[in-house]
Amino acid sequence: MWTLFQIELFKIFRRPRTYIAFAAITALIGMVQLGLKVDGQEYASFVMADFNSSFALEGNLLNGYFVCFIVLQLLLVHVPLLIALIAADMISGEANTGTLRLLMSKPVSRVEFILAKYLASVVYTIMLLVWVALQALFLSMLIFGTDDMFIMKSSYAVLIKSGDVFWRYAGAFCFAALAMTTVAALGFLLSLFAENSIGPIVATMSVIIVSTLLSTMNIPLFNLVKPYLFTTHMITWKEFFDLRVNELNEAIPGSLAYPEKIKTSALILLIHIVVFVGAAAVIFKRKDIVS
Amino acid sequence: MQSLIQVSSLTKKYGSFTAVNELSFSVQKGDVYGFLGQNGAGKSTTIRMLMTLIEPTAGDIRIFDLPLSTHRKEILRQTGAVIEKPEVYPYLSAYDNLRLFARLSGVKLSRAQYMQQLEQVGLASRAHDKVKTFSQGMKQRLGIGIALVHNPQLIVLDEPTNGLDPQGIADIRNLLLWLSREQKKTILISSHLLSEIEQVATRVLIIDKGKKLVEGSAEELFDPSKTIVELQTNDTAAARERLIASNWAAHLRESTGNNIKLQMNRNDIPALNRDLVQWQIDVLSLQQQHSLEDYFLQVTAGKKHVDTFSN
Amino acid sequence: MRSFMTFFLLVIAATLQAQDVTVLVAKVKAKLDQVNDYIAEGKMKTDVAFIKAPVGKVKVYFRKPDRFKLQKDGGISILPKGGISINMRSLLTTERFLALDAGTQLLDGQTLRIVKLLPVEENSDVVLTTLYIDEPGLLIKKAISTTKENGTYEMEMQYGNFRQYALPDKVVISFQTKDYKLPKGVTLEFSDGDKPKTEAEKLRNKKGRIEITYASYTINKGIAESVFKQ
Repeated sequence: MWTLFQIELFKIFRRPRTYIAFAAITALIGMVQLGLKVDGQEYASFVMADFNSSFALEGNLLNGYFVCFIVLQLLLVHVPLLIALIAADMISGEANTGTLRLLMSKPVSRVEFILAKYLASVVYTIMLLVWVALQALFLSMLIFGTDDMFIMKSSYAVLIKSGDVFWRYAGAFCFAALAMTTVAALGFLLSLFAENSIGPIVATMSVIIVSTLLSTMNIPLFNLVKPYLFTTHMITWKEFFDLRVNELNEAIPGSLAYPEKIKTSALILLIHIVVFVGAAAVIFKRKDIVS
Repeated sequence: MQSLIQVSSLTKKYGSFTAVNELSFSVQKGDVYGFLGQNGAGKSTTIRMLMTLIEPTAGDIRIFDLPLSTHRKEILRQTGAVIEKPEVYPYLSAYDNLRLFARLSGVKLSRAQYMQQLEQVGLASRAHDKVKTFSQGMKQRLGIGIALVHNPQLIVLDEPTNGLDPQGIADIRNLLLWLSREQKKTILISSHLLSEIEQVATRVLIIDKGKKLVEGSAEELFDPSKTIVELQTNDTAAARERLIASNWAAHLRESTGNNIKLQMNRNDIPALNRDLVQWQIDVLSLQQQHSLEDYFLQVTAGKKHVDTFSN
Repeated sequence: MRSFMTFFLLVIAATLQAQDVTVLVAKVKAKLDQVNDYIAEGKMKTDVAFIKAPVGKVKVYFRKPDRFKLQKDGGISILPKGGISINMRSLLTTERFLALDAGTQLLDGQTLRIVKLLPVEENSDVVLTTLYIDEPGLLIKKAISTTKENGTYEMEMQYGNFRQYALPDKVVISFQTKDYKLPKGVTLEFSDGDKPKTEAEKLRNKKGRIEITYASYTINKGIAESVFKQ
């Protein structure tokens, strides 16, 4: 199992394709950062137009913490697509190149093989998020400095003191890792059903896009399925950036507004992972390799 | 002699389609076992079942006297395989590919040993080049290197010469002979080309539409007494009548158009010629066909009388 | 025409008493004028329905006549637009305002003189300011400003240790807030009913409030101009 896992990692990080995602993220984040560095004040006043009509905000609104939030908000919709690129290729890619039959004629257990491969794609996913964190958080902190974090939600705004922010990002990134490994699990499962990489990659992306649409649209019929869609729960990382208020409407530093929401979402995502990977293992164990 | 592979009543069905039908055969230790059949005859399916890539619908496989279904790992550890085109990771070097698959087979060799293995298949000088720069022949050799790297007792090669040039085919043949004679390996080799099998195999199995047509030692199959002779005369109908009425009837195999085929001992050809002359039938051509090849083509093309070949 | 007459009568009536309240305002101002500058430290609480903000430390800088700065220990501060209400002093010039006596009112067991200040300048944002003055103490206890652009502000002040300088221990600013909503598409939120209805309702019916509680004042020690420029 350990050998298999090492070999899978070795393969992932020897492939040029792996680095496409890293490059894409670097470019995306770099673009957002450049844009905000140059025209950030404009952007801030645009987003806060409604707010600015009755309030005056003073301070370094456009600091690294805020920039990271914007980057994550924009990026975490697209990272799943980059993860699909690798995860949905894990089995189908091997089937496509024909290496799968060679691998499976080796004395390795199929279930262990599946688990090792999934774990390797989890490692890849986490590395990708570490990369995002390095760039979106740490680099933004360097470029834009740190300050209190003021974010606008759809019905209220939250001001978080600068000393209260970092642990929230740690939590948010951990949650994002969970959400992204769910995507990896889905891509991984779908990669069993094809002998080319494109099919599962497109299928994974489609599932994500359709589910995201369902999660976004506020239509009663769709609202019934919403709580069960993993895409609904993928954005729960934002809950780390909401404070609880006491009866005097004072926000309590270090608090979370809806910790139970985070727990529920994490649980639902975990269930998805277990189901997807479990199904992958069961299906692959019985699968005839004819590629 | 100990049976290294013992296959009984092996069947694989895909829905209503039967790819492999009640196939039984055995491979003895030290055999170079030729597995012949046309494309789609069920060779690959059978080999994939031997390599646990495909689950049999029914039947039983024992390798090294162990049931494959329960001793998969032990068996595969002692088995090396090249299944169809030996595809490896194009973005890795030959060395890395070899090392990777060796570790999957449960062995960890020294650098020198890996290089020696690459040397054996003539790739030492390209050890650290990425495989995507390799020709088909080089990939094939690397595939065989991978199949041999963990020093297995049994080597399974599925169509190993597909897509190779004549030199490549000759190289593989020499390698197989060396493995068999010097290294005392047991080899199962499949092909749709008889010529490939003929020169190396000690035993031959021919299958068609998932069914066994014939199995036997190469010596038996090359028996001069079972030579196919093709006859062309000025009067095919008369010749056929005469032959049916004579002692040759038992040897008559087929008559299509102007051709009549007989199976007989090569040494009896002059006697047949004499009889035809006696019957005043002009012989246009009396040709000894290249033994197994035509027979193979014939039987696998769905012809009859195969039972006489079985043993 | 009728309203004009009313206004005219009011002005005449007012001028009769105006002398008194003008003097009162001038006295209040004089008391305030003892302070050339101060630096105050305290805590600010933002209590607005749709803002979740923690209580934060603030530092307030003032220098005569109208230099003012509120700094929230290096962080971000949310203030009602205009920011004028925090410092009433700029309003207290009888040259720019007409002061009218509007009687007295009992507030917290104390009789307070009500003074209405009408701006003389036409283009002033402030339309009307009503002051509730503690006459013996010469302290402004409450002020209500109606502005053209930014609605109505209400300020309440509590005095303690620094009452001799007319510097409050606590200032509460209340103001109207517009309803605030951002489309979910912008904030990328999926779920509905983020907040339980009751809480949302409770918050919506409230006015916005800013409370500043001062812990200390450093008075007349001089402040560099650069502080205000940042």
